Amino acid sequence: MQVKLVYFAWVRERVGRPDETAEVPAEVATVAELVRWLKSRGEEYAYAFENEGVVRAAIDHVHVQPDAALAGAREIAFFPPMTGG
Amino acid sequence: MSLTIHVQRESFDIADEIAALTAGRSDIGAVVTFTGLCRDEAGRLAALELEHYAGMAEAELRRVAEEARQRWSLQGLTIIHRFGMVAPGETIVLVATASVHRGAAFAAAEFLMDYLKTRAPFWKREHLADGRTGDWVEAAAHDDVAAARWRTI
Repeated sequence: MQVKLVYFAWVRERVGRPDETAEVPAEVATVAELVRWLKSRGEEYAYAFENEGVVRAAIDHVHVQPDAALAGAREIAFFPPMTGG
Repeated sequence: MSLTIHVQRESFDIADEIAALTAGRSDIGAVVTFTGLCRDEAGRLAALELEHYAGMAEAELRRVAEEARQRWSLQGLTIIHRFGMVAPGETIVLVATASVHRGAAFAAAEFLMDYLKTRAPFWKREHLADGRTGDWVEAAAHDDVAAARWRTI
């Protein structure tokens, strides 16, 4: 599955790029599985996701939990807890 | 209900926004505004830099506004959130709510701020008075507590 990944704030800085297009293997079915797959790709991802409980995710502009399915996703975002307002 | 949501780099004028919210209306009895400002943390900060997720920021503010509209009887609602560099003393965020009586406008404004702080995709980074770029601001646990008290069982 080809999907656009986007990163924000210190997650973006740790990964080293604001976005990328990834060819995600079919067996990677959830957000948590995607994080594990990314962590296996390089130390920048291992660093960005070193504390998996902290990084939040959104699929196509909607907040999701780690068990959310990736099926049909066009854009998946990873970012720290929000500090706006 | 009129709904205005802006995610913008530019500053805004609170009086203009209140005037726009109430223009031509004779049914509004109460307007409540909350304005969030950048503070200098006792001289430590030169600015806050706000990063945002374009597209999702607008969508999430719209979802938060929709939830407020379902919970309270509101005549109008305005949310403006800035991004980019904001100097101490400048505005960051505006929430304005209009209702027939004050109760709904007060409650909805507080709800909107509590919810958008934990849900709207914005991140603050400190720029220090000595010219260095500081750290990303950490999310405050008390913001999660404030948002959680609105959760229905």
